[in-house]
Amino acid sequence: MEEKKKKRMAIIASKGTLDMAYPPLVLASTAITMDVEVGIFFTLYGMDIVNKRKYGSLKVAPIANPAMPSPVPFPNILGVLPGMTAMGTMMMKGMIKKINWPTIPEFLKTCIDGGVRMIACSPTMEMTGVKKEDLVKGVEVAGAAEFLDFALEADISLFV
Amino acid sequence: MNSDKIVDCKGLFCPMPVVGLNKAIKEIEMGQILEVLATDPASVPDFRAWTMRTGNELLESKEEKGVYKFFIRKTK
Repeated sequence: MEEKKKKRMAIIASKGTLDMAYPPLVLASTAITMDVEVGIFFTLYGMDIVNKRKYGSLKVAPIANPAMPSPVPFPNILGVLPGMTAMGTMMMKGMIKKINWPTIPEFLKTCIDGGVRMIACSPTMEMTGVKKEDLVKGVEVAGAAEFLDFALEADISLFV
Repeated sequence: MNSDKIVDCKGLFCPMPVVGLNKAIKEIEMGQILEVLATDPASVPDFRAWTMRTGNELLESKEEKGVYKFFIRKTK
């Protein structure tokens, strides 16, 4: 292990729903314990995961998600009804709590403290009006070339 | 088997037992033995993979009434 180059994982996080915010953070928080260098590029809706104003209140919608568990049989089209997204989010938060998983802000802190590189996509910020000061401390701003430069040396590359 | 430190990860699920293991192993000396208790069945393959990848030694892995018990020697 002495002089060997560190293994590296590069992830693109493009989704901003509560469920899809977890996989990049689960993998990143595990990888750092295995001495793997990790970089996550947050783009499009994935930017919400590192947006201080939003990351504590990510949601999940039952509409168009027939896989979402429901206490009663439920036609998916009813997901358009007011309050359904809030209900789905509440249910998912309950499920997450049941397995004692950390919240997204807690998970993110574990990753940042462990040295995961967090990169926010500059055009997404411009497009959605997100400022550098809206982002969690430690998040850098960059573009595709910087991510590719990191990812070209990676052993694992994932698009989430 | 005797251990120098015990960490209780019962009720936690992937990746938290590994995160707990990693934190605890940093708090013991080289050559000392860490004991981890867990209930997530994924911790069996996960701890095997983790110790192999990190260069630590998984001395024993057993299950008693739904609780997994691991003994890991810090060798890295």
